[in-house]
Amino acid sequence: MGITDLLIILLSLAALFAGLTVAVLGLIWLERKVLGRLQQRLGPTRAGPMGLFQPLADALKLILKEDIVPSSAEKAVFWIAPVIVVLSAFVVWVTIPASHTLVVENLDLGLFYIIAVSVIGIMGLVMAGWGSANKYGTLGSLRAAAQLISYEIPVIMVVVAVAMLAQSMDLRVIVERQGSYPFVLLQPLGLVIFFIAGLAEVGRTPFDIYHAESEVVGGPFVEYSGAHWSVFFLAEYINTFAIAALTTLLFLGGWAGPLLPPIVWFLLKTLAVVLVVFWVRGTFPRLRIDQLMAFAWKALVPLSFYAVISTAIYQFYGWPAWSLSLMSLAGLLAVGYLVYQRMTGPARRVAQVRARQQAAMQSRRSGISGGPVAPPAAQTPSAPGQS
Amino acid sequence: MVLQDIIFWLLAAIMLAAALGVVLVRDLFRAALLLVTVFLAVAGFFVLLSAQFLAVVQVLVYAGAVAILLVFAVMLTKDVARGNQPNRLRLPAAGLAGLALAVFIAVAVTTGWTPLPPSVQEQAALVQTQASGGTTPEGLEQAGISGEVQRSQAQRATLADLLLGEYVVPFEAVSVLLLAAAVGSLALLRGRPQG
Repeated sequence: MGITDLLIILLSLAALFAGLTVAVLGLIWLERKVLGRLQQRLGPTRAGPMGLFQPLADALKLILKEDIVPSSAEKAVFWIAPVIVVLSAFVVWVTIPASHTLVVENLDLGLFYIIAVSVIGIMGLVMAGWGSANKYGTLGSLRAAAQLISYEIPVIMVVVAVAMLAQSMDLRVIVERQGSYPFVLLQPLGLVIFFIAGLAEVGRTPFDIYHAESEVVGGPFVEYSGAHWSVFFLAEYINTFAIAALTTLLFLGGWAGPLLPPIVWFLLKTLAVVLVVFWVRGTFPRLRIDQLMAFAWKALVPLSFYAVISTAIYQFYGWPAWSLSLMSLAGLLAVGYLVYQRMTGPARRVAQVRARQQAAMQSRRSGISGGPVAPPAAQTPSAPGQS
Repeated sequence: MVLQDIIFWLLAAIMLAAALGVVLVRDLFRAALLLVTVFLAVAGFFVLLSAQFLAVVQVLVYAGAVAILLVFAVMLTKDVARGNQPNRLRLPAAGLAGLALAVFIAVAVTTGWTPLPPSVQEQAALVQTQASGGTTPEGLEQAGISGEVQRSQAQRATLADLLLGEYVVPFEAVSVLLLAAAVGSLALLRGRPQG
């Protein structure tokens, strides 16, 4: 390896960083606009045309703000934590190809590398929470570790399924194998699991439990301010973008598409996924921590194993492609039904209990029961508890 | 080669310093963080030995999952900053650790590490498959395996063959061990049944 190689690598890393920063600024603007629209507001309008310079102003404000380090904090850990978080978010992008040639360093173990490196970010969050010597920070980082590790498993299993379909972990090969049809048609269940678990990995809104403002006051980030806080923010958006890009590459056929150049297709598809992410954020309320963990372990983990096993069966027996789609869709429907039952179940049980109580009251009023009548008020409060 | 040597010594220095820190630092949380550094340095060694697959596994399993579980446990422990108080078992523990180290060194010294001839070394830098008695470089050459991509594919394939072929029983036994650990922790958590 000569000096020129080193120089080229450094230059491409710098270009990647610049590109990602611009992308993040764009994403912030887009998110504020989209959220505004979803909530029947205008979003930023003042800074620049259509508020385009708003993220710049935000960034400038954050950098100029005072950067406070709590006196009881573990200084070294406190300082290093955001660096680790943003590094792990950034390093993932080294091997994500935007088109067949546009990639910093294509690794033939690309997928595996991405998963491994993104795990280090969890460590950064835990260090941030611990280093700030704050109980909310510690609570938040414990939540982060639990949540991110739990959702790591479905992500890995789905990625394994995709690698089995493509017979490779090289992202370029994976995209090429989707030449005739994207993997979303083969494995729709995989796409859904990957997207949901990916959202949880990034900590986007329905899953932003470890930095939930109303519960742990920002969690690991509670003591951070100014430039350091903005680094966490940057990492979050880089990760969001990465999840969208990976969804595109693994399931939506990557940069394949007619007429337009590949890079445009890649960006268009990624942008579509990002918009869905924002849409989900604007639509769903935050989960509770127990719901979150239950969903990971009771729904997503078994399902992701089902995705792997169905893919393996399909591959082993060489069945036609539609059979895997059918198996995958069946899994998806089963989950949909279970989630629907789970969501409507409590309300239905409450209604049943109410009906039973009313029937009992009516029978008492009509004087059939002879014994001493318990006051109805004593029974009513227990009704929600039974559900 | 010079660059590789520099990286090797840097990694070695970092790893040794961090490993010493793990043992000497009082604060358990910091010790855990230093342990993560050691894990990452080991991953660096794997990369230097052109065993990328093992390096990624090392980062994923050790620096990722194991380290986080460790930190999790540390954070849920009382008085981590004071560390362990010295107790009666200190001397026996030191003796046992010394014995384990002696065994490791003895194994490392007595193992016949036959280095490949330089011509083959360039072509098939498959150190870990060499050490575990997998594919021979001659076999790789005969099979026409050359080039970065093919080589690392062969590397993965041999590892998979070894794990799911020759060593399938230990491999599965490890998962039983994990299951036992999970069940054990559940039993501990539930505590004694009432009455």
